[in-house]
Amino acid sequence: MRNVIAIADKELRSYFASPIAYIIIGFFALPFGFFFYLYLEAFLRQSMQMAQYGGNQNVNQQVIRYVLQNASVIILFVMPMITMRTYAEEKRSGTIELLLTSPVTDVQIIVGKFLGAVGLYIAMLLVTMLYIAILFVFGNPEWRPLIAAYLGLLLMGGAFLSIGLFISSTTDNQIVAGIITFVVFLLLWIIGWFADSSGPVVGAVTKYLSVTEHFDDFSKGVIDTKDVLYYASLITFGLFLTAKSVDSERWRG
Amino acid sequence: MIEVQHLTKRYGRVTAVDDVSFRVERGEILGFLGPNGAGKTTTMRILTGYMPASDGRATVAGFDVFDHPIEAKRRTGYLPETPPLYPDMTVREYLDFVARIKGVAAAERRARVDTVMQRTRVADMATRHCGKLSKGYRQRVGLAQAILHNPEVLILDEPTAGLDPKQIIETRDLIRGLAGDHTIILSTHILPEVSQTCQRVVIINKGRVVAVDTPENLTARLQGTETLYVHVDAPGADVGSALTAIPGVTRVAPADTRPETGAFEVESERGRDVRRDLARDIVTRGWGLLELRPMRMSLEDVFLQVTTEEPAPAVEEAPRA
Repeated sequence: MRNVIAIADKELRSYFASPIAYIIIGFFALPFGFFFYLYLEAFLRQSMQMAQYGGNQNVNQQVIRYVLQNASVIILFVMPMITMRTYAEEKRSGTIELLLTSPVTDVQIIVGKFLGAVGLYIAMLLVTMLYIAILFVFGNPEWRPLIAAYLGLLLMGGAFLSIGLFISSTTDNQIVAGIITFVVFLLLWIIGWFADSSGPVVGAVTKYLSVTEHFDDFSKGVIDTKDVLYYASLITFGLFLTAKSVDSERWRG
Repeated sequence: MIEVQHLTKRYGRVTAVDDVSFRVERGEILGFLGPNGAGKTTTMRILTGYMPASDGRATVAGFDVFDHPIEAKRRTGYLPETPPLYPDMTVREYLDFVARIKGVAAAERRARVDTVMQRTRVADMATRHCGKLSKGYRQRVGLAQAILHNPEVLILDEPTAGLDPKQIIETRDLIRGLAGDHTIILSTHILPEVSQTCQRVVIINKGRVVAVDTPENLTARLQGTETLYVHVDAPGADVGSALTAIPGVTRVAPADTRPETGAFEVESERGRDVRRDLARDIVTRGWGLLELRPMRMSLEDVFLQVTTEEPAPAVEEAPRA
């Protein structure tokens, strides 16, 4: 565990030592703010109209839910930037030799790198909470569905990060890693679109495989074990593939 | 301390290391010598647990590097060919991180990093980013990283490559200072380095060990005979046949393309010193003795001989004193 923390700490520091962390956070916060503004504006206009006829409005369902759903798509674009360097750069610069000849196991290195990336992701999410805090100042949204939604974001991001980690471990070129990761994420996102136009079986399968599809329930404030399990298995699978990739690299030399 | 038995590494069809065996005793400095691409780095990478061997065994500090990699790595310090530095970290941050993953206890980490920075003379660069260091400093920080957890075994892959002459001397002194407490394997393709720092040499070529011995023995053994260089001032005399007549002399050849200069190479039986007889004979004949010196085969010659000859002569290890 001590080794895992040491590596996670080093990863997190290296993100913030270079401009990468700030660019990523900025790149994420900007469109997030844009969507936040759009949905909030629409919500305000609607609630003004509704006030005349007398009706009830829900900030959680009409603002937070949609903003976070859109955030999940932004995340898809940002994640490759976080993971592309993790292994590729260590291989390119030769520092991987230090890690692999130190008394730490491959799993400790992988989990450490994963947690480091998750750390940066959490920093990104913390920034978005500033927007949400505005809602709490001027209104009174429910905080429980909000927790669920953020848990969903965390799990979904974790799944992306573990897949990205694996792709980074297969190459020593971070640009290649970044592009492949982006394409894979895109596929995992749009695969759900086939669901509506294809037959019942294929539709169900593709819908199940879509990464963003599983976030829908979370965004509504529902924590479904099915979705938690989906993300947890995707994270485990990604880390497992990374371990295999690192090991096979070792044998091939 | 280090034992390597029949180590083999194949990359697809290419055999990078072929049945390599040797051992290193505690406190010894072993020179690992060979031309580029001979398999030095591959052997070292196997010893440090960076990659597994295709065949054979390697034991470091009593732990098999395949069966107990963590235990073996805990006792090994490794300086790869390119020092594994993180450009974004300062020297202190970097060494602190290495200390953590090498298992240096939190309480003594700071003191240990300070000691090592003093020892490798990088303390004045403690707050500099690794990416901004000069080649000499990078190499020293790499060395600092290798000795940080005070390992029993040090494996250094070309530690003086790319340094200027002054830095090379400093690095060699540092390495010599580390021997005794540490067992060291040092790879190089620079020959003087081996005779200056190492107690024993393994010469490797095309993945095979071609010789294992002390630098002195290697020079002497491969030489076979003693050769003297003699320069005589005797115009018109037949110096060659006169020298051949001296007991113990096996062969006399002109050392120069123009025999009239009076320079000869005189080979004698092994272990027999003919210098006194040679000098006396020349002087009693009334010739002038201008120069008389032993021609020692340099390690360069030995190296060229064992790495170019086909098939390479297998030189067994001489019994060690």
